[in-house]
Amino acid sequence: MTKRLFPMKRILSSFALAAGLLVGATQVVAAEEGGLPPAGVNIRDQASLQRGAKLFFNYCVGCHSLKYVRYSRMAEDLGLTEDEVMKNLNFTGAKFGDPVVSHMPEDAAQQFFGKAPPDLSLEVRAKEEGPDWVFAYLNSFYVDPTRPVGWNNTVFPNASMPFPLWELQGVQTAVKKEGGDEVEKLELSQPGKLTPAQYQQAARDLTNFLTYASEPAALQRQRYGIWVLLFLAGFTFLAYLLKKEYWKDVH
Amino acid sequence: MANEVVDHGRRRFLTATTAVVGGVGVVAAAVPFIKSWEPSARAKSAGAPVTVDISKIESGQKVTYPWRGLPVFVVNRSKAQLDALPSQDSRLVDAKSDGSSAEQQPKYAQNETRSIKPEWLVLVGLCTHLGCVPDFVPVMKPEPFDPNWQGGFYCPCHKSRYDMAGRVYAGVPAPKNLLVPPYHFVDDTHIQIGVDPKEAS
Amino acid sequence: MAGVFTRIGDWVNERAPGLMPMYRKHMTEYYAPKNFNLWYYFGSLALLVLVNQIVTGIFLTMNYKTSAAEAFNSVEYIMRDVEWGWLIRYMHSTGASLFFVVVFLHMFRGLMYGSYQKPRELVWLLGMLIFLVLMAEAFMGYVLPWGNMSFWGAKVIISLFGTVPVIGGTLVEWIMGDYLPADATLNRFFALHVIALPIVLLLLVVLHLAALHEVGSNNPDGVDVKHGPKGSRWGADKPADGIPFHPYYTVKDLVGVGFFLIIAAFIIFFAPTFGGWFLEHDNFLPANNLVTPSHIKPSWYFTPFYAILRMIPSFFSTAFWGVLGMFGAIALLFLLPWIDAGKVRSIRYRGTGYKIALMAFAASFIGLALVGAGVVGEKLVEWVPSDATFWENAFGRVMTLIYFGYFVFLWFYTRLGWEKTKPVPERVVFDHD
Repeated sequence: MTKRLFPMKRILSSFALAAGLLVGATQVVAAEEGGLPPAGVNIRDQASLQRGAKLFFNYCVGCHSLKYVRYSRMAEDLGLTEDEVMKNLNFTGAKFGDPVVSHMPEDAAQQFFGKAPPDLSLEVRAKEEGPDWVFAYLNSFYVDPTRPVGWNNTVFPNASMPFPLWELQGVQTAVKKEGGDEVEKLELSQPGKLTPAQYQQAARDLTNFLTYASEPAALQRQRYGIWVLLFLAGFTFLAYLLKKEYWKDVH
Repeated sequence: MANEVVDHGRRRFLTATTAVVGGVGVVAAAVPFIKSWEPSARAKSAGAPVTVDISKIESGQKVTYPWRGLPVFVVNRSKAQLDALPSQDSRLVDAKSDGSSAEQQPKYAQNETRSIKPEWLVLVGLCTHLGCVPDFVPVMKPEPFDPNWQGGFYCPCHKSRYDMAGRVYAGVPAPKNLLVPPYHFVDDTHIQIGVDPKEAS
Repeated sequence: MAGVFTRIGDWVNERAPGLMPMYRKHMTEYYAPKNFNLWYYFGSLALLVLVNQIVTGIFLTMNYKTSAAEAFNSVEYIMRDVEWGWLIRYMHSTGASLFFVVVFLHMFRGLMYGSYQKPRELVWLLGMLIFLVLMAEAFMGYVLPWGNMSFWGAKVIISLFGTVPVIGGTLVEWIMGDYLPADATLNRFFALHVIALPIVLLLLVVLHLAALHEVGSNNPDGVDVKHGPKGSRWGADKPADGIPFHPYYTVKDLVGVGFFLIIAAFIIFFAPTFGGWFLEHDNFLPANNLVTPSHIKPSWYFTPFYAILRMIPSFFSTAFWGVLGMFGAIALLFLLPWIDAGKVRSIRYRGTGYKIALMAFAASFIGLALVGAGVVGEKLVEWVPSDATFWENAFGRVMTLIYFGYFVFLWFYTRLGWEKTKPVPERVVFDHD
């Protein structure tokens, strides 16, 4: 019996090794491209998603659309009722089944910011650093009178976006390196409505919501994935027993 | 070793088990592909319930609204048209809408007038024969296609006739009464098509 | 029930008497060597992935829109609005990458055990053709989502044809049907990707298998089983070291399928972008003909060949040499059966020089892949910030030399009598595991 189990063990261990390499490879990539503090998002944290959605619809949707996200789908995934979404989040008069489209006219946006604010449906997925980038971006605005909109950003220098969350975070100013223009660090020169810790959480919630928006299917695939793997493991074990049985003829 | 006696029972059992488990896997894998043919979120959104204002529809008049891409007739029936309904019963296929047309309306519209409020008739305007849109012929006078016409719907495709409650006449190609979609009154002047009164409350 | 099946079977047999003999020839009476090891799973796995690509591909076309204006939106529509569309799309995108994983391993198996050598040259040539068509198929499929990487990938790859002397410029415009990759390009690539190339691919696969079954499978010992000693429990005239493909290898391959599906499902459900290797970040941005992605590189499976292209500098004022090198790297693989004049097939019994050369070749392939993917460049920027490009080129060129050197070495090694082989056993070595 031990003799028979031996190759199974070997196969299993080589499989474990392969799986380890897979996970390792993705993590190495993630770590390599880091340099930014981890956003620490979790799309299964529904309360965080709801808070993030509230922030998005209060501060962002004025300029940015989520044209691939429907209010109805969002309600379902975030555990909100139709009434809650239509009363608290939908300020554009769109229908429940409609996608989230900002009402900012494109030419007006061109005029204000020099370019139309991008759609944010895929913002997190389109960034190499994913949610970490968005989280860092939301934390890195500072006043800069030399910029047309009065704001600048250390993560995305010379961004053309003003910082609507300043009333929450407060106003940050840049401390320049001695004898240079390089920003050394950002200081909170005027406190906002939230404490720094509360603002961190708010930025994390908003990032979490945008992470969800970039791939709503992530909620489903993780839920189903585990059952698929368990089923396949069972099937493979059966196939292995079958193979052993038939190959008795050959050995 | 090679001449070891084959345990056919175990072999058959394992073959059958693996086949069944594998078959379950294949069927389960087919489900997402089959379900991908269901109406998508976009189609569902486009087919969402519609709320319409009926305050401008005068007595005896019909207005057509699109719902899920289908023409929905909303008719404000006059007193005379309503009064004439019982007189047609003997000429109809299923006057009480409880026979072959039992599924052609929600329970709350399975009555003499096939409606929630007697004067307001709501129908999917597609002939139950082959899906043409019937003409609305409200006048109560002899017509070339029916000398005893008391108002109703006449399908130009194959001459099927329906009365003012969308009930099909006997002897025409159409087999069933016109379909009443789910609907309810939001208030006196608005109806929502696509939602039952129960769901709405 | 059984009676009904028997009667249906008889009915069919009477009208198509050739079917059962064909089934027997390729399944129950195809005697495959009994000593297949782990490396022999990848053939059947490639077939499995091909079926997956066809089935998921057919379902993707049901919602994909072939137009530059709508393609990107339609992919997100599949990902979000179509029931289970995300699964179908991830199965297709993951399948594409795993196809190459499986095919690369399958090809390396051929190299290791000399499966390309006489009498299997035709099998190898058909396999190489499959590889070539598969690369075209993958490239065109990659363009279809019309993301920014799709657009710029198409632009760069099509530009390769611009280096062809004299007709280059015209050729590029002809391929694109425009002055840049545009609606016309997308439409013709769609037609080729979903109809033309899959038909060719299927035909080649059938021929590949038919050719294999004519000469019989090779094995890890490179021993000729088909013409070797006779006599087994399946008949006195059957190969002594052969076993019927069905049921023995069908059930064995089933185990391989199980393990493979576990890995595939893990990626599909838990890491569908695979850290940006299977689905790139920049391809989640719509195509933009004014902005090139900052990290433009081809899909990982093209990176070794792309690196050769990059490592060969232009001279005589033309970039054609790099393109020549890239296509030459593939062309040399076609010629392998005639370059290698070795008398022994399997690496187990070949000379030490061959073993070292093959390992170096494999290492150079991986090294080139890392150069092409930009991994080497990124690391070097950390280590030697001032000379990163110099060292990247130096490394890449050494790898390129090793890649081509393998073929040159093999030519002389097997012809000048340098190879000292070990004696090949008469029967396969079959360890009981």
